Amino acid sequence: MAQFSLPANSVVNPNGNVHKAPAGAKDVRSFSIYRFDPESKDKPRIDTYEVDMGSCGPMVLDALIKIKNEIDPSLTFRRSCREGICGSCAMNIDGVNTLACIKASAEIKGTVKIYPLPHMPVIKDLVPDLTNFYAQYASVKPWLQTRTPAPPDQERLQSKEDQEKIDRPSACILCACCSTSCPSYWWNSDKYLGPAALLAAYRWIIDTRDEATGERLDELEDPFRLYRCHTIMNCAEACPKDLNPARAIAEIKRKIAERKQ
Amino acid sequence: MSAYEFVDHSYDVVVVGAGGAGLRATFGLANSGLSVACVTKVFPTRSHTVAAQGGISAALGNMGQDDWRWHMYDTIKGSDWLGDQDAIEFMCKEAPAAILELEHYGLPFSRTEEGKIYQRPFGGMTTQYGTGPAAQRTCAAADRTGHAMLHTLYQQALKHEAQFFIEYFAVDLIMENGECRGVVAIDMATGKVHRFRAHMVVLATGGYGRAYFSCTSAHTCTGDGGGMVLRAGLPMQDMEFVQFHPTGIYGSGCLITEGARGEGGILRNSKGEAFMERYAPSAKNLASRDVVSRAMTIEIREGRGVGAEQDHIFLHLEHLGAKVLQEKLPGISETAKIFAGVDVTKQPIPVLPTVHYNMGGIPTNIHGEVVTLKNGNPDSVVPGLMAVGEAACVSVHGANRLGSNSLLDLVIFGREAARHCAEVVKPGKRHKPLAADAGDLAVSRIDRYRNAKGELKTSKIRLDMQRVMQNHAAVFRTGESLQEGVDKLDKVIDSFGSVSVSDRGLVWNTDLVETLELDNLLGQAAATISSALNRKESRGAHAREDFPNRDDANWMKHTLSWVDGRGKVTLDTRPVHMYTLTDDVEVVPPKARVY
Repeated sequence: MAQFSLPANSVVNPNGNVHKAPAGAKDVRSFSIYRFDPESKDKPRIDTYEVDMGSCGPMVLDALIKIKNEIDPSLTFRRSCREGICGSCAMNIDGVNTLACIKASAEIKGTVKIYPLPHMPVIKDLVPDLTNFYAQYASVKPWLQTRTPAPPDQERLQSKEDQEKIDRPSACILCACCSTSCPSYWWNSDKYLGPAALLAAYRWIIDTRDEATGERLDELEDPFRLYRCHTIMNCAEACPKDLNPARAIAEIKRKIAERKQ
Repeated sequence: MSAYEFVDHSYDVVVVGAGGAGLRATFGLANSGLSVACVTKVFPTRSHTVAAQGGISAALGNMGQDDWRWHMYDTIKGSDWLGDQDAIEFMCKEAPAAILELEHYGLPFSRTEEGKIYQRPFGGMTTQYGTGPAAQRTCAAADRTGHAMLHTLYQQALKHEAQFFIEYFAVDLIMENGECRGVVAIDMATGKVHRFRAHMVVLATGGYGRAYFSCTSAHTCTGDGGGMVLRAGLPMQDMEFVQFHPTGIYGSGCLITEGARGEGGILRNSKGEAFMERYAPSAKNLASRDVVSRAMTIEIREGRGVGAEQDHIFLHLEHLGAKVLQEKLPGISETAKIFAGVDVTKQPIPVLPTVHYNMGGIPTNIHGEVVTLKNGNPDSVVPGLMAVGEAACVSVHGANRLGSNSLLDLVIFGREAARHCAEVVKPGKRHKPLAADAGDLAVSRIDRYRNAKGELKTSKIRLDMQRVMQNHAAVFRTGESLQEGVDKLDKVIDSFGSVSVSDRGLVWNTDLVETLELDNLLGQAAATISSALNRKESRGAHAREDFPNRDDANWMKHTLSWVDGRGKVTLDTRPVHMYTLTDDVEVVPPKARVY
């Protein structure tokens, strides 16, 4: 039987530091959080923090900030808007990719388990390296391409119905929850663009103002870039903005099939 | 110091910040043939511009007659005559072209029946120089216009292959004999210190809302450009003018757009009364933000607040109907559900005036060049340094910004900064060598904080500062309370000498970054509260109960504030520009401000 050896950092020590709740705390919840310090030789570990929920905001991000502020300032994660629009605090919470800022701790039973987004290189703690993800987004040329010059002193007209088609797809916040929930992306993220980049591609394919539809479809017609989507649908399940990248990918496939007829 | 390796770069222009203003400047510069780098502490689409909801103003006239002169009049009145009229003329006149340009870049604007850009009413926006009905001037992409705009601008930056240094935290300017020569930043992924040499540094670092306890601003809104400017010995302007947005969600502070009232939303007190009719008989719920925030505060004070503690107000949207809410306000419907547990089709949203925007900032002229008061000249340009967006004070917002004028400010002055650089910076011009000690200030600060072994956590000192600002520099102010705030803040600033940082690492040391951010916030908090104590009148967002009237004879002037390393504030003034840029329009003389 073939022997696989896993990289050293893939083995996680489940028994990291435990930070007990302060005496007198009444409503205590445990948060088990993945820790990795690239500057130490230690394996990644799971630290447990007992948080007094009586003095904590409702969201998982509130708990993370409380831990950082009051218990362990070295805990490292990205955050910014705290209202679900900037996409910074995407992470794996209770086994699901989502935004910590709009995930209520009360929705989770038992210990709250927090890991970085899956299958991405980890820089430190809950901070993944998203370089490849961003490069894939850029590779679909996510900007308006036209041959016809824009009308002077006027907008390019677009009907309400046509605007509605791009309204939802353009609401993507690039949090990477979808792509990093996709098994196909886990295995082939070097070649498969993943749901987020394909949703971005779709947003421009169906924009009535864009005049590069053919070229965009040509670019995607590839066994890996597009067709590694096996309609597993984890992307639609994971999206914290209720978008449906799987449907967008299916639409792209349909458009490619249609133009062959 | 040996732990820090300097990595050196040279560019024609370096932009710090990748929000709306920074991105608009960056790709404008890339397009003009100058070499440009954009240094940003967050990935561009994470910048706080993304959270803007309601829209961006421009007198396009898609939904009824409009004129940029009316927009200019409204902005001047909104500013309570503290805005510089040349800058306001420039912004309002350029607005239609700048918005059409955004549409041509592919911004997914909502549409009218004719397929044009949809425009909604917003606070303080009127027609016929305030005598006509409310204007529909605010161009919207549903209620996520900032998101649509920021992503569109980032996409343009990709198209123009602009160069980014992402998750680099700018620490300090490199100043030589009063001239800016570049900027020092720390690469968060490695902890390496980078020295960027540039003929022009453009600060687009946003506001400092996080100086307060409750704000709509993102955690990253820590006024890093303002902090750098103060340490460079340059002044900030009009820092006493802090905008409280009337509708932050009670508790979390998350923003509910003014567009909610633009679409017909109504504020009601515990008696169910639409009380704005008493305070602003004609504009009602769409009066200027300072006016609405004061009215709400008075209602609560006089015992007509809602909730168990009678300490907030209800924003009703139910009467708009599910269809309008779904089409025009889907984002805030979701936000209200998540953060207030409210179904907006059935229940009102609990709201409270919440710190939202800094009218004050780094003083600049209309090209974005930073100016200071030097040898009696209030418009003395600081060579090599520009500022745009919320970080700057041009001043187009004066004492109170109108809703949807901030996104406009970003694109107009981001664009103008790029245009001006293209005029004054020669591509590829040789750089003089930097002084031997260039960047030492930054490195010494990084090293001091990374190894800080005091007794007080960064978060503790930050919270102390936020509480002082929240309690003593709020919607209503008095000399007594402000003085108390100044004294308390002095103590907080002193306590910063005892800060402790426990993460000693170089890689992604957010404990260190938050400490550097706190340093930036503290200086600006001091400037804010001292400027507020000093201004003995009420104007726009600065409402002094002990000086309830506007005093044009003594106070129609900008406040300048310098803050030294110990938090000591020195104040002076600059005149307000009571002149226009061209003969296309006349100066709007001051008069009583009634909505």
